[in-house]
Amino acid sequence: MNELAAAIPWLGKRNPTAARWLILIIALVAPVIAWQFGRSWVRILDFALLYMMLAMGLNLVVGFAGLLDLGYIAFYAVGAYTFAFLASPHFDVHLPFWTILPLGAGFAAMAGIMLGFPVLRLRGDYLAIVTLGFGEIVRIFMLNLNYPVNITNGPQGINMIDPINLFGWDLSRNLQIGENFSINSLFLYYYFFLLAVAGSIVFVHRLQISRVGRAWAAMRDDELAAKAIGINTRNMKLLAFSLGATFGGLSGCLFGAFQGFVSPESFSLMESIAVLTMVVFGGMGNIAGALVGAFVLALLPEILRDVAVPLQQTLFGHVLLDPEVLRMLLLSLAMILMMLLRPAGLIPARARYSHDHHLSNKLKQEAAK
Amino acid sequence: MITLLEARNIGKRFGGLQALSDVSLTIRKGEVYGLIGPNGAGKTTFFNVLTGAYTPDGGEFVFNGSELPTGKPHKVVGRGIARTFQNIRLFRELTALENVMAGHHIRTKAGVWGVLTQNRFTREEERLTTERAYELLKYVGIERFADVVSRNLSYGDQRRLEIARALATEPQLLALDEPAAGMNATETAQLKVLIEQIRRDGITVMLIEHDVKLVMGLCDRVAVLDFGKKIAEDVPAVVQKNEAVIAAYLGGGKHAH
Repeated sequence: MNELAAAIPWLGKRNPTAARWLILIIALVAPVIAWQFGRSWVRILDFALLYMMLAMGLNLVVGFAGLLDLGYIAFYAVGAYTFAFLASPHFDVHLPFWTILPLGAGFAAMAGIMLGFPVLRLRGDYLAIVTLGFGEIVRIFMLNLNYPVNITNGPQGINMIDPINLFGWDLSRNLQIGENFSINSLFLYYYFFLLAVAGSIVFVHRLQISRVGRAWAAMRDDELAAKAIGINTRNMKLLAFSLGATFGGLSGCLFGAFQGFVSPESFSLMESIAVLTMVVFGGMGNIAGALVGAFVLALLPEILRDVAVPLQQTLFGHVLLDPEVLRMLLLSLAMILMMLLRPAGLIPARARYSHDHHLSNKLKQEAAK
Repeated sequence: MITLLEARNIGKRFGGLQALSDVSLTIRKGEVYGLIGPNGAGKTTFFNVLTGAYTPDGGEFVFNGSELPTGKPHKVVGRGIARTFQNIRLFRELTALENVMAGHHIRTKAGVWGVLTQNRFTREEERLTTERAYELLKYVGIERFADVVSRNLSYGDQRRLEIARALATEPQLLALDEPAAGMNATETAQLKVLIEQIRRDGITVMLIEHDVKLVMGLCDRVAVLDFGKKIAEDVPAVVQKNEAVIAAYLGGGKHAH
């Protein structure tokens, strides 16, 4: 949060408190502004929040622990399918939301450990290839587990998933206040997801400035030296994979419930790469970077879709480049420019791995002596 | 004198190269023990085998009366052996303070649950870790750089930081791999003072070093390795006159090659 506030031009350095309030206000009024452009924009914001959670989880693995994971979307899939299995007419099971959420997180964490064990000794390119394979394996399982026993319903996916229900409060229904005022369901989801993201920020930040975060960073910077000071790198790697996967699983659950429909198509390799791009684009290894990267790159294709077609029609009279093609083109261009101009990402802040106030207290004590 | 570490017939082979053969040596509590020898004699290999980075082909280490696990670095550190590296290996993105705090990892317990809930135990442990790390920076004389990212420190300070990080693991035996490499005369003299201080504070030091003056001035006893074999072990003054040692360093004699 502080990193994010400090990243705001001008205000961030002069008045950090004001910058923090500004972020909070923007976060709260964003859907109201988006509503003016049409309800689909609020929906896009909802998805952007889910991507933020994903990016934060992946940042834990890639940014803090230095383990390149190209199959991260698999955990998202595990979460989403867990929710679909346990709250849809598919198996005719309808468990309450608060029961499924920890289950989804738990299954994803288990999947994380399953991926973690075989790749303990791998690094860099080799690690990337195996994680990529893992992501594909999960997707192909989802695609083909409809025969001989229909578990995942194959490529058709699972439909009519129960919406998020907070102790009897159904988020998919517009909230009626009084006679003629109602809050659209998309807003309810937005604020619920916003809370989830805020909670994730707190958790990830606490991990970062702790014994665990330091051990991850140590392992990332020099694995041999980390071992030589007594860090059990095997356990720390498994911990990073499972905690990162937990975030994937949680956002997967939210995704399944929000969308009401899951299919293997949503969990392709491109999605893994998209999330990784968000982390790298924003600034690897710091929370603010992951958040900004996710926000910008989740919105970019949607803006493109809205702008590119009419723009091309007015300029050339017809559509030359499909928005989908243009998206990849611009994304690659953005990455190349980033690597040239700002190799550390949009927000290149160095992450802290210790509490500031402990040191400053200590220094005060010293000075008093 | 009490024996702290006893190496018994340690052997290590890399393919066709016998890096260590039947090396046995004894380190007593409270001494500074030097390990010297020409390049490629197997000194660093000995360190790597001792600290668990490599698994020995034969032999065993007895530390404080019981056998050391082999091939498990974190367990060796837990038993009280810390090391530094010949080529400095710091955690480059961490500040000096955080490097030392990371070194305290093995003596602290906070787990994920404690970290997420920030319970009293975790907060207290974190505060103590910070204070202890700062004390250690002061001990090696670089506390003014506590908040500097370690890769931006000067070479001499990086060496000091590495020693502070090793000390944070609360070792009984501190193994220093060429701590004076690349240092100028002043820095080396300061390093000597630091190592003597560490010894006075009750930590046994094992030292690989090429700087003969430093070794002779600092070490209580010295072992000499050549082609993976121990060819001498005694007080520096005696080792200096040992013919096999002179031959190993200057060539000729029975070790001619």
